[in-house]
Amino acid sequence: MSHPGFLLSVWPWRSVAYLLTGAVTGAAALVVIVTVTAVSGALAIVLVGLPLLVVVALSGIPVAWVERRRLRLIDRDPAVGQHQEPAAPGLWPWLTTRLREQATWRELGHALLFAGLLWPIDALVVTVALLFPVSMVATPLMMATVGDGHETKVLKQWTITTWPTAFGVAVLGLLLMGLCCYVLGIAAGARAELTRLLIASREGELDAKVVELARSRFRLVDAFEAERRRIERDLHDGAQQRLVALTMALGLARLDAPPGPLADQLAKAHEEAGKALAELRELIHGIHPKILADYGLEAAVADAADRSVVPVDVDLELPGRPPQAVESAAYFVVCEALANVAKHSGADRAQVSGGHRDGRLFLQVRDDGRGGAEPSAGSGLTGLGDRVSVLDGRLALSSPPGGPTLLLVEFPCELTKAADRSV
Amino acid sequence: MLAEDSVLLREGLIGLLSRCGNEVVAAVGDAEALVAAVEEHAPDIVVTDVRMPPGFQDEGLHAAVRLRETRPTLPVLVLSQYVQRTYASELLDSGDGSGVGYLLKDRVGQVEAFVDALHEVADGGTVVDPEVVRQLLRRRRDPLERLTPREREVLALIAEGKSNGAIAKELVVSEAAIGKHISSILTKLDLPPTDETHRRVLAVLTYLRS
Repeated sequence: MSHPGFLLSVWPWRSVAYLLTGAVTGAAALVVIVTVTAVSGALAIVLVGLPLLVVVALSGIPVAWVERRRLRLIDRDPAVGQHQEPAAPGLWPWLTTRLREQATWRELGHALLFAGLLWPIDALVVTVALLFPVSMVATPLMMATVGDGHETKVLKQWTITTWPTAFGVAVLGLLLMGLCCYVLGIAAGARAELTRLLIASREGELDAKVVELARSRFRLVDAFEAERRRIERDLHDGAQQRLVALTMALGLARLDAPPGPLADQLAKAHEEAGKALAELRELIHGIHPKILADYGLEAAVADAADRSVVPVDVDLELPGRPPQAVESAAYFVVCEALANVAKHSGADRAQVSGGHRDGRLFLQVRDDGRGGAEPSAGSGLTGLGDRVSVLDGRLALSSPPGGPTLLLVEFPCELTKAADRSV
Repeated sequence: MLAEDSVLLREGLIGLLSRCGNEVVAAVGDAEALVAAVEEHAPDIVVTDVRMPPGFQDEGLHAAVRLRETRPTLPVLVLSQYVQRTYASELLDSGDGSGVGYLLKDRVGQVEAFVDALHEVADGGTVVDPEVVRQLLRRRRDPLERLTPREREVLALIAEGKSNGAIAKELVVSEAAIGKHISSILTKLDLPPTDETHRRVLAVLTYLRS
């Protein structure tokens, strides 16, 4: 509004439109609310009116809806309602959700305030701020028409009899009109701010944005996990099966082949196919270990410990299964940690322990190696740290030179009961 | 009796098995059909994949475990794409652990070894993939710590499903020496002398659970 072009811009008109429509909808809201309340009050005696009272309680919702849309006339920021999604479709869940949440009652309060107090103010501001300057500007016209060129009254108060005075008043009116545009702008702005405060706070929006961002991060992680599983399945059901069939065919051919160069060639081909199969198996295991999907984290960690070159003691007990994304991130952290132990630590023994306490899954990988591990040195832990933080988890590493190295990771999560596997 | 969801592999396995003088009475593509077919044909041995429709998880393995709950003596050979102790021990825990085998799918390529393993299981032996055995050898923990390295080696070969004669050949010693090792292993693992085959299986189970 401090912009010099304000008076010539569309904003004064928008302000007028906002206040005018406000007066109209406010009056309409007043009529509807009073009518419904009166009718339901009267019918409450015969119990039919009680559901209507619920309608009165909910009347803030449509009013707030209209108000939020009307806000766009004057406010560029989108206004979002603070209602929650009902847990289930249907009228009853919707009704119980709405009656229980604070936003509904805020909106009812707003509707009552709007219908009782705000719309007359809107109307008053528009009337005064438009009527005064317009009637002053129109003074010469009034004098020429209604007053027959002799006299007219400005704002029904002061009698004017000469043309210079009439034009003077008109000029004053123009100045006043400019001033009133500012008044209208301020009034509309204040009204919009009040509405936003009552039924669509900006903080709420920010929270909603943060929640939405966090959700989209989770969705990305989930999509990533789903993709890993898809690739694993495709490789397993396609390439791997064909390679097995190939080694089988080659194995049978070897039985048939008479000793000689052909048998040697076959033996070589058979061996190569076997190697390819073993490599593919390791690759698939690295993409998404099946044991993790089938038996969960405990078994998968035990399996990783089995594969480790350094002997690993496992002490991990979970009463249920964490969400898939957490399970998989935790597993890969342990694998990476064990790989680092084998590659860099020079340890004789490592230990993986963990559990679930106070809504957090935590895991510890400890070794008795020489320490000095540095996550920033590209030990593969940096990437894992990112993956852990996406799930709101934390990864901590303590590795003083000379050892021992201790890696801690924890995730906030709830465990679900392991599905009954006997079914 | 064969259960394998990949048509390619199923046909290959049927060819392989019938070539080596076995009769495939039924070949099915999912776990439920497997259970139904066992009811119908009462086969000498069941060969099944771990991962099967409808869930593509471990349906085949669980069908095998369930089958052995009702028929503890039914020999089952499970083929897995992945070799993991957890799968193997779940299978070995079914029944008394005799007449079961757990092999990596790759092994079907080594036709003769595969057919040997099949017969070993059909005869009530226990066969565990050398890959699992190799992984377990890295974890030397009690009660196996009481065993000498040679005894552990012998026990690993028992777990792979080898007979005393085969073990003797592999380690280039006499069969009597192997017998001595085995009785020493059984004593050290606190397995009192009852039925010889049964104790071998128990020793393998102890080994797998270590």
